[in-house]
Amino acid sequence: MENDIILSFKNLSISYTEGVYAVKNVSADIIDKNITAIMGPSGCGKSTLLRAINRMHELYPSIKINGEINLKNDNILKINPILVRRMAGMVFQRPNPFPTMSIAENVMAGYKLNGIRKSKKEKEQIIEESLTDVGLWNEVKDSLNKKGSFLSGGQQQRLCIARAIALKPEILLLDEPTSALDPIATAKIEELLLELKKQFAIIIVTHNMSQAARISDSSMFMYLGALIEYNNTKKMFTNPSNKKTEEYLTGNFG
Amino acid sequence: MTDKIFKRLLFMLSLIVLFITAGMIYSLVSGALPAFRKFGIFNFIYSSEWNPRTETYGALPFIVGTILTSFLALIISLPFSLSIALFSGEYYKNSKFSKIISSFVSLLSGVPSIVYGLWGFYSIRPIIISLGISTNGLGILTSSIVLAIMIIPYASSLSSEFLEMVPANLKEASYSLGSTRLEMITNVMIPYASSGIFASYILALGRALGETMAVTMLIGNTNNIPSSLIDTSNSMASVIANQFGEADGLKLSSLIAIALLLMLITALINFIGKLIIKRFQ
Amino acid sequence: MRLRYIKDRIFLVMICTSSSIIAIPLLSIVWKVVSKGYKQISIDFFTQKIPNSWEAAIALQNGSIIPGGIAPGITGSLFMVAVASLIAIPLGIMIGVYLSENTNSKYASIVRFISDLLQGVPSIVIGIIIYSWIVTTLKSYSALAASLALTIMMLPMIIRSTEETLKMLPNSLKESALALGASRIKTTFFIIIPSAFSGIFTGILLSVSRVIGETAPLLLTSLGSSSVNWNIFSPTSSIPTLIWDFYNDPNLLNMVWSSSLILLTIVFILNYIAKTVSQSRNN
Repeated sequence: MENDIILSFKNLSISYTEGVYAVKNVSADIIDKNITAIMGPSGCGKSTLLRAINRMHELYPSIKINGEINLKNDNILKINPILVRRMAGMVFQRPNPFPTMSIAENVMAGYKLNGIRKSKKEKEQIIEESLTDVGLWNEVKDSLNKKGSFLSGGQQQRLCIARAIALKPEILLLDEPTSALDPIATAKIEELLLELKKQFAIIIVTHNMSQAARISDSSMFMYLGALIEYNNTKKMFTNPSNKKTEEYLTGNFG
Repeated sequence: MTDKIFKRLLFMLSLIVLFITAGMIYSLVSGALPAFRKFGIFNFIYSSEWNPRTETYGALPFIVGTILTSFLALIISLPFSLSIALFSGEYYKNSKFSKIISSFVSLLSGVPSIVYGLWGFYSIRPIIISLGISTNGLGILTSSIVLAIMIIPYASSLSSEFLEMVPANLKEASYSLGSTRLEMITNVMIPYASSGIFASYILALGRALGETMAVTMLIGNTNNIPSSLIDTSNSMASVIANQFGEADGLKLSSLIAIALLLMLITALINFIGKLIIKRFQ
Repeated sequence: MRLRYIKDRIFLVMICTSSSIIAIPLLSIVWKVVSKGYKQISIDFFTQKIPNSWEAAIALQNGSIIPGGIAPGITGSLFMVAVASLIAIPLGIMIGVYLSENTNSKYASIVRFISDLLQGVPSIVIGIIIYSWIVTTLKSYSALAASLALTIMMLPMIIRSTEETLKMLPNSLKESALALGASRIKTTFFIIIPSAFSGIFTGILLSVSRVIGETAPLLLTSLGSSSVNWNIFSPTSSIPTLIWDFYNDPNLLNMVWSSSLILLTIVFILNYIAKTVSQSRNN
């Protein structure tokens, strides 16, 4: 079991407009091959924090960032964003497979977009591995060249996870990946993540406390942009050190 | 007036649209019949002889002229209209810059055809002559250039609508995998909007086919099949405009036959374009 | 990696350049028309009748401005567009109302389809049809023929913009009026159409600005005349046909620019008003 720190936030602050901070001075170390959940009420900054890791915020130029995010000794805020995005795979709230590409092409999309050529054999291997890792292989192996529109919501989301892990990232970022799915599909994905954590560090933003309790090893609780508490999940849920955390966990506020 | 009568009235008014169209088609067909009877429909379409003296008429030179100018105009306009569509639909969406470009484009779309013809004659033609491309500066090339400028506004506004329909979460997915903007545009955005963009250009082609005045003033008004881009010719629309005065009998009938062909071709192209758009939605 | 960034940058530059190039023809057209046409503009230009070739030739030799003006053209254009509007606007609005109230019927989709078809018909084809319908029957070119041609051209645009605007109105508007006991007619004329006014108005302005610049159909229907004419059964002048006549007469050539300047100004003003109205509607 790897217990190395793979990612650390150091005094990270993010603001959209002058003086208004979505994330305030967050410092935390994320452990490799673990699932870390980021929870909190709406507007607490958890998605903003997550998206800072793969620098998606740069798509919206008015954002300002202070502090560091270190991925294995490199401050990712200072290196090439394209490299960062290859190292941090992301899965979004609503499944978004590319509708003009087949299932196989979707899995390989990361390679295609980055202009990385792979031989036919390598492609087949990557496709089979990624789809197997997300539990889709048996369901789609005969329709690899079809477009994914016939897949259910849960299957589409697993395809998106396959697409993300096909690039063999260092960490996997998931932004409320099951909130648009039904309970059965949700359960399947949670099961999947517990398997995947053997290969990747996983950070999952969720507004569903029970999900965090079910699958995460560590949890971060954020409120109004600040990191209120960060601890081993079991400990945090049974004996929260901060009053705000306790209020949130007992449902005293959204 | 009671509501029932009102409803009836609206219904009957709507019939007017159908009557007008039916009347138009009937009028074209009956006007063209003498020419078709004399020359045979296929012969008329494939014959390239246009001789008022011997009263022999054939439509081929003009069909070729129309198709050449319209397709060439489409090709010339493509890089510019697609750039404008990308500019307003992606790069500078909702910004001051795209508003400026949009207003230029919409001003251009308001310029009447005859003014384009004048401008083409007095501004573009001298350039063509001075570049040594041709001696009289008229012909397929010159008219295609001006025609291209005329359809850019229409083509770009249609295709930018389709580009704007690309969902943001697809673009995000592409970026999250590490693509540059260009890579996102070529691999995700354009494939998604491709049938819509294709339809936009088909509809722009439909517009170009029917353009009259600018082409009339720049194409040279000769009745031969153009053998090169610098050759002068006539399009279906321009031959009607140029040779209409004092035309009667067989000549008039032939011109009406050409009008019928033009209407059918334009209707077909527009129908295909609209069909693709419906499928897209 | 570097290469990908360079490609990305170059593409952006290409897009910006190709887009900005569109300014060149626009500015060139405006410059040409303004610089060559402004000298001829004066009150006389709007009020005097068309000069004949002789007067023009003499003026050219003297180096002075061609005397006369395009009053017949201005009045003719206004006259014919007005008559066309008188028919096309009410008819188009009513048909638009019908279509918006019958979105699902097969018949309505046929009407919509035919209306779209009509919009795509080249203006010269409409011209030649009206020629064979009206001009040959009445044995003369006339403002009536031209107005009918323009009506056919304006109709689809008005129908469509009316239908589109009405579709966007909330259903509750119509329903609350009907619930108050208003008849269908009253609801249509007093509630629905006024609420849709700016959208319909924009459609009307755009169709007027399109037909006022049309030359081809007018050449085949109203032909032109040298004096101001208010008789709907006689040949009538218009600005575009005048431009065409001037273009074909070496002595009167200089008049094309001033006439184009007037035409262009009218069209730009109409488009500007249409844009402002539709923008204020969006706010």
